[in-house]
Amino acid sequence: MDRFRMIFQYFQSNSESVMNGICGLLALVSVKMYTSFDFSCPCLPQYNMAYGLGIMFVPPVILFLCGLILNRQSLVMLEEWRRPQGRRKKDLAVIRYMFSSIMQRAMVAPVVWIVVTLLDGKCLICAFSGSMDPEKFVGFANLSTAQVQELLAKVPCRDDELVRNNTSRKAVSRYLRCWSQALGWSILLILIIAAFLARWLRPCFNQATLLQARHWSNYIDIEQKIFEETCCEHSRLFAHKCILHFFESMRQEIKLHSFSLPGQGEGAEEEEDLLRGITDQDQVNKLLKTWYCDKPPLDVSQAHQR
Amino acid sequence: MDKFRMIFQFFQSNQESFMNGICGIMALASTQMYSAFDFNCPCLPHYNLAYGLGILLVPPFILFLLGFVLNNNISMLAEEWRRPQGQRGKDSAVLRYMFCSMAQRAMIAPAVWVSVTLLDGKCITCAFCTSVPVDTLGNASHPRLSQGEIERVLARIPCKEIYNGQQLIANEVAVRYLRCISQALGWCFVLLMTTLAFLVRSLRPCFSQAAFLKSRYWSHYIDIERKLFDETCAEHARSFAKVCIQQFFEGMSTDLVAARCHLPRKAPADAGEAAEKLLGITDQGTMNMALKSWHRCKPPLHLHPPALPTGNGWAGEGQSHTQPSAPRRETAAYYSCV
Repeated sequence: MDRFRMIFQYFQSNSESVMNGICGLLALVSVKMYTSFDFSCPCLPQYNMAYGLGIMFVPPVILFLCGLILNRQSLVMLEEWRRPQGRRKKDLAVIRYMFSSIMQRAMVAPVVWIVVTLLDGKCLICAFSGSMDPEKFVGFANLSTAQVQELLAKVPCRDDELVRNNTSRKAVSRYLRCWSQALGWSILLILIIAAFLARWLRPCFNQATLLQARHWSNYIDIEQKIFEETCCEHSRLFAHKCILHFFESMRQEIKLHSFSLPGQGEGAEEEEDLLRGITDQDQVNKLLKTWYCDKPPLDVSQAHQR
Repeated sequence: MDKFRMIFQFFQSNQESFMNGICGIMALASTQMYSAFDFNCPCLPHYNLAYGLGILLVPPFILFLLGFVLNNNISMLAEEWRRPQGQRGKDSAVLRYMFCSMAQRAMIAPAVWVSVTLLDGKCITCAFCTSVPVDTLGNASHPRLSQGEIERVLARIPCKEIYNGQQLIANEVAVRYLRCISQALGWCFVLLMTTLAFLVRSLRPCFSQAAFLKSRYWSHYIDIERKLFDETCAEHARSFAKVCIQQFFEGMSTDLVAARCHLPRKAPADAGEAAEKLLGITDQGTMNMALKSWHRCKPPLHLHPPALPTGNGWAGEGQSHTQPSAPRRETAAYYSCV
């Protein structure tokens, strides 16, 4: 019983913290991925917007899906949703609670990526430099439209020979970066305020239902873990009996085929038990061959009758 | 039993995490291999494509096979697949489950290599630099060169030091273009893999949960059964060896006694366990002979039944047909005090 209690406490305390840990780890991975990714804007008119917006939105989708895959609770929720009703009713409030908690945790890493991208600024500069209005900046006055487009497209590439020492390039770059960082900080502020309000105002609405839903979602999770653990223990016992049964039947067979008496010396009983009547190289070889060629049936009911 | 339980829990709890650990280590090794590998584009027209695609595709194949080799369960799967049916039926669903879980884990390191390669961009730049659209990216006013010449010039794009086509197409422009394409491919590949993994994981509970639980239970069972059988055999081998060696020493001792024609001296009553453990070998010469005999003439793998007290139960039953009976009687007399 003590063992069960210890294991239960371990699972209970660690279920939430494991999920929070994975969530934090993914956020860190997201930052690390961004810093190690070699951002390289193509600086070509049609490609800039696709590249910039792609880098801003595709990795968050990937991180979101990773957050769902790595979260154990998503499988538990799906199973609970799809199982046949049987004798246990399904509570939609529990499923909704589990779904919202999974979604909240999975959204953290994508949001971190987007915020880091915006605060850094490279993506937005790359995506929107071609859409700038050239009249706002000096230096684009006497050029044809095509040339202006080409110059604007090359703004993100500092070392390109066309725009290397161009002051207008720096102006456009600063302008876009300013917008990007403003957007990044605003999104961060809005999200933090939303999280703060959600956490403060939640007790005002349906607290009792929430407590019930949380309890039963924890319960389903723990029940699943204990079921798996019990299955493992059962299969261990099953295997143990099966193997003992197999050795016994080999011993019977040897007794039938050979005529030597089993020894009855006093000090030898312990060793006899461990040797299980197999005392010969040929017998051992036969045992191993039989184990491979003719595994015993998965039925240990006869073992109980011994 | 407690010892079994603790060992079992160690194996069980660590089996999955052990496999996941190996999987993660191989993914890290894959990124480390890539960063340590000195990529060296040949910068020649036909060799570029072969080199670039080779570096992109051959190491993942190697990593995939390595993932199978390092997985202990591969031998278990092969054994279960090839064994004769005998008294236990074979369940192909279990085999499929085992194979799928092994293949999924083995796919991770190759996928990491391909993603890192594409996101870095060097391979694609090397492989496809001769296919850069010079008309759109390059200078239209450049005098026309033959196709072969153009290819040779373009092939040098990855090697900045020897690139001589700056008038045809700027090196940075071409490299940026190719890298952009490569990174787009890389992110799409990662998105595709993640979506596949998500679908596989989330569609399973919707369709075949009961069959899945069954396959998972029996595949764990096969694994545990194999480990327990190995443990039982190891225990048996230990006892076998112990009895075999004990019988060897007893045999040696008997031979010595017979050779020297000593009367076996009874050990004093208070010598206790230590004298018994000496098994009758009490001087350097005897020990040396025992060691030499162990090396030159190991005993057969056949344990004698332990000694019987005389006059008990031999009459009327089959004689011990392989052992000489004369030393046995003497042995019985010698060890009657044991």
